[in-house]
Amino acid sequence: MKKSLIVTMALTLSLSLAACGNNNTNNGAKNGNAAATNNATTNNTASADLSGSILAAGSTALQPLVDQVSKEFMDKNSGVSIQVQGGGSGTGLTQVSEGQAQIGNSDVFAEEKLDADKAAELVDHQVAVVAMAAVTNKDVGVDSLTKQQLVDIFTGKVTNWKDVGGKDEKIQIVNRPSSSGTRATFEKFALGTKTEDLQGSIQEDASGTVKKLVSETPGAIGYLALSYLDDSIAAVKYEGVEANVDNVANGTYPVWAYEHMYTKGEPDAATKAFLDYMVSEDVQGDQGDVVEMGYIPVSKMEVKRDAQGAVTK
Amino acid sequence: MKKSNDREVATPHLAEEWVGKVYTFICILFLIITIFSMVYFVASKGLSTFIVNGVNVKDLLTGLKWKPDGEPALFGALPFIFGSFSTSILAAIIAAPLGFCAAVFMIELSPKLGRTFMQPVIELLAGIPSVVYGFVGLSVIVPLFRNLFPGQGVGIAAGALVLAFMILPTITTIATDALASLPAGLKEGSYALGATRWQTIYRIVLPTTLPAQMTGIVLGIARAFGEALAVQMVIGNAPHIPHSLFESTSTLTSAITLSMGNTAMGSVQNNALWSLALILMLMTFVFVFIIRWLEGRKKL
Repeated sequence: MKKSLIVTMALTLSLSLAACGNNNTNNGAKNGNAAATNNATTNNTASADLSGSILAAGSTALQPLVDQVSKEFMDKNSGVSIQVQGGGSGTGLTQVSEGQAQIGNSDVFAEEKLDADKAAELVDHQVAVVAMAAVTNKDVGVDSLTKQQLVDIFTGKVTNWKDVGGKDEKIQIVNRPSSSGTRATFEKFALGTKTEDLQGSIQEDASGTVKKLVSETPGAIGYLALSYLDDSIAAVKYEGVEANVDNVANGTYPVWAYEHMYTKGEPDAATKAFLDYMVSEDVQGDQGDVVEMGYIPVSKMEVKRDAQGAVTK
Repeated sequence: MKKSNDREVATPHLAEEWVGKVYTFICILFLIITIFSMVYFVASKGLSTFIVNGVNVKDLLTGLKWKPDGEPALFGALPFIFGSFSTSILAAIIAAPLGFCAAVFMIELSPKLGRTFMQPVIELLAGIPSVVYGFVGLSVIVPLFRNLFPGQGVGIAAGALVLAFMILPTITTIATDALASLPAGLKEGSYALGATRWQTIYRIVLPTTLPAQMTGIVLGIARAFGEALAVQMVIGNAPHIPHSLFESTSTLTSAITLSMGNTAMGSVQNNALWSLALILMLMTFVFVFIIRWLEGRKKL
């Protein structure tokens, strides 16, 4: 009994040691491989020769799209392995800036989260557009809100729906945390001002939770990406403009943001091929993943916007 | 069967001794390195808010406004500290009587049913992922409170109730062990003096096992204090001290999980979250010391 125990222990130990050894040699081999294929790809850019592993981390809003596209890309390029992680825009930008991830997914421009010199090292790849709409519980009876009305609601000046044309009911704000990229976009382009977390307001980060709370709480108002809109909640027009793909694309609906995939400097061959695939017609076209999953293709946009928020046709 | 009367000469187990020693040593070393690097990491990150970013410690501990993005940035974590303490202590107040009664049922009243059925079921509660608790809280408890009480249903009451279920296994298991290890003579003496079962339970069993019960309760509070996801889903997360049990508020953990992923490492917003984590860690140390002190008093 005792002997067998010790034998097991010794075995485990030696196995774990062996595993360590193995790992090392594997890593060595992998590095060697990567170096070799890097050389190969510079000479010959045929997709069959691509290999390497890519880590894409960051924005949870962009994660489902990157995840699905990465699977298709791996089917076509068996030598490449892509891992997609969430963690939030800040995490994605930090990791790509520090070199832990090859791609950093973000809802916001890097300049808004990182120091200027760190942000300058990153190369922006805009892969999709996400638009947001203010949504309310179905019982409030408000169809359209102006910018000023939204500001009054989110700063607590208006606390009852009857003051903005709805029925007599207390307004319940379902907001995002102050660090959220979604909230930053909404405040910047819908409200035009930063707001404080009010006493009694609800802050949730996950879009699913926000949707559930808005649909169940009487008098609730929140905001969601267009892909989350359905019959359980009421989408509100902004200044009389309905939130839909066409209005976003032609610039009449202003509450939208790019989804960014940042790389540090110019990407290596495999990462570059993946990012090229991301903006290819297969993904961005009418039948592609971008449209299917409720994002708006970048190619469809008739207006452009820079990091300072200035819009150009 | 030995043929001769000679004492068997023990073969030296040098190799086994050595393997065992090295194995144990490696495990311990690994543990110590992990713990120390974790404490160092959280402490260095958490302290950089005060050292690098120049935030006043007193402002952080007593300030009422949390506006890390604001102009000027304000880092008042008192609402979070208040939220953490109030939810976890309220959770313990709800769970402690339940846990004690469950233990009494399992040990004193119906050991057979208790041991074979109740205990596995309660221990099962410990294995349920916290996101499930959070979702149940959001789908059942929050709407219930919204209908019964003024307010939106989210808040300290909902958070405490969810946490009470989560810490129930800890409290029950320790209470059960305490009751089971009670010397039989104490109870028999009480019965022999003519005390009823109820008198025995509340005059003999409860007082003598109280220190052990307290250990369980403090362990439960410590667990509730550190729980993040389930609480975050039902508490509402407004960074304010609420006016009632049914108004949105935050805890240290929910503030950290909400914003940690959205802020970049090294930014003042991120460092401030690590300071909250440091407060959490220091509180955990305090809980550990309380538990050790209670354990020391437990001797009958």
